[in-house]
Amino acid sequence: MLTHPRSGAGLARSTLLRHAGLMVAAYVGIVLLLEVVSPFRGSQLGELAYFIPAVAGLTVLTGLNGQISLGHGALMAVGAYTTAVLLILQPNLPFLLVVLAAVVSTSFVGAVVGVAAARLHGTYLAGATLALAVGLPGLALTFEHRLGGEQGLSVSPPRPSANFQRFVEGTLGIDLSSQKYVAYVGWALALLVLFVLSNLVVSRYGRTWRAVRDDEIAAALSGINLGRARVLAFVVSAACAGVAGSMIAVITRLTAPSTFTLVLSISLLVGIVIGGLGSLVGAILGSALLVFLRPAVTNLGLNGGLSAAQAANIAPLAYGVVLILVMLLAPRGLVGSVRSSYLNRKVARQLKVERGSP
Amino acid sequence: MQQFLNITLNGLTVGFIYAAFALCLVLIFRATRIINFGQGAQAMFTTYIALEVLQRTGSYWLALPAALVSGFLLGALVERVIVRPVVNGPEINAVIVTLGLFVGLVALASIIFGNTFEGFAAPFSVRGLKIGDATINLTPNNIFNISAVLVAMGALLVLFRFTSLGLQMRASAFGQEVARLLGVRVGRMLTLGWALAGMFGSLAGILIAGGGFISPGFMDGVVVFGFVAAVLGGLDSFVGAVVGGLVLGLTTNYVQGYIGQELQTLSALAILMTVLLVKPSGLFSSSVARKV
Repeated sequence: MLTHPRSGAGLARSTLLRHAGLMVAAYVGIVLLLEVVSPFRGSQLGELAYFIPAVAGLTVLTGLNGQISLGHGALMAVGAYTTAVLLILQPNLPFLLVVLAAVVSTSFVGAVVGVAAARLHGTYLAGATLALAVGLPGLALTFEHRLGGEQGLSVSPPRPSANFQRFVEGTLGIDLSSQKYVAYVGWALALLVLFVLSNLVVSRYGRTWRAVRDDEIAAALSGINLGRARVLAFVVSAACAGVAGSMIAVITRLTAPSTFTLVLSISLLVGIVIGGLGSLVGAILGSALLVFLRPAVTNLGLNGGLSAAQAANIAPLAYGVVLILVMLLAPRGLVGSVRSSYLNRKVARQLKVERGSP
Repeated sequence: MQQFLNITLNGLTVGFIYAAFALCLVLIFRATRIINFGQGAQAMFTTYIALEVLQRTGSYWLALPAALVSGFLLGALVERVIVRPVVNGPEINAVIVTLGLFVGLVALASIIFGNTFEGFAAPFSVRGLKIGDATINLTPNNIFNISAVLVAMGALLVLFRFTSLGLQMRASAFGQEVARLLGVRVGRMLTLGWALAGMFGSLAGILIAGGGFISPGFMDGVVVFGFVAAVLGGLDSFVGAVVGGLVLGLTTNYVQGYIGQELQTLSALAILMTVLLVKPSGLFSSSVARKV
């Protein structure tokens, strides 16, 4: 029987530590950034906090496991409605428990969809999840008395406990009473999601998912249970969408069907496609482009003489154009293109060296 | 009993339109193994063009050809410009491109035509026929819708069965390399296939619009229904698409009539899931086994 080399275990531990250190450093950076920027930029950073988990979760599913999902907007809706309903029924519940409940309910829905999805490929999966995205908001209208119908549910954002607030104000001098608290919580959760995903990606599970994506026959012959791997990828991805949905509910303070349109699902797809399928760094870049460029292109439309209603549609138009152009011109996305051009140059240099010294 | 009859009649009318839409998805899938998720958006766009013609000239019989011709051209354009480069790449890339077409066109229509509901006059009366004392839910306009779809299907059948062009198209769909060796201009046939699908889609669009309202999103649900109908029929069978469309039209109308309108799409999703889990090849698939 083979034993694992010691160095492998040591490396895994250091990967864990390296990612953890990176996340803590990123969190400190974000808190400092939130302290100095204008309220408008602050709200954009808050928006980014819910886009990142959703896009990162989707890129793991689509990029690493090869399953496309147009239903992630709908899964975010599940998380958001769970959060809203719980906060209305039990306003004093600790917020982390609420998020946990949202993650559990979304994972459950994700598992149900995932079981069906595990049998489907590309086009079929896209169609099935498209039906989910178009159909699920209808539930909010059917159960109007509970879920608020077209108007939606208004959500009161979580507040820090008085002791914690006094402690943070006393030691760090950060004013937690403001609405920035929600952004702090959101970023903590977003980085936690990134931490978990970045470790999963390099773990056995990540390798399994990639193997299933690249060649399912070879993967099955290697003893991988294809169905289980696919469902697990879907559940993990759905859990991330649950965190995102929970945050969208408390950051926008409203949970309504109009938030969770097909365009939301498509915008997540744009995020992963721009950044490069399967790359977490790409997911962060893609989310940032989504959040910061949307007001920019909308303003472009307003300055170009369009009405507000027309300008609001410039962003979806740009989504469509970007999806088509990236697929035609640079199907590997930003990170993938940069990485492959770097590798090409490295190989070229190596070849030169080898030819130069016979 | 009368309610049941009315819902059934309405379901059949809608079913024929879904069938037309499913047919255009099948037309493209047979030739290129792609589902065009932008099909509904294309149809929506050409219906707006038809509305412009209708409002300017006041004639439905000018608006209808305008929709068909623009649908044909748009379909050809889409194939040549954005689909051709990705068609041989990974499946997921083609899916993403047609999704981009979907959102892009809907947004473009909202910018050009406005994000509001606009009435679309029906060519015939939308009042139910009278049988004895009872009014049944079969209007002259419904009869026109059903006959228009039947005529179009007949034309398609003639094209594929009895013409050299149809034979070439079937050959390109069946085996590209062999067809090319035998002198068929495969690229041109693929473009023609997408153009015909675009035309069929715009027919479905203008028929759904007649007597109702249109908005940039009015075909979103139809894309889902058409897709489910096509999968139900096996995705590469014309007969299957028609049967699938009728089944779906009836089911969604029963759900709408007896349970609630909001659950229509979810009921379609339930049908889709059942089909894919129980008989993934669909009811009328010609191929024995296929990866779903």
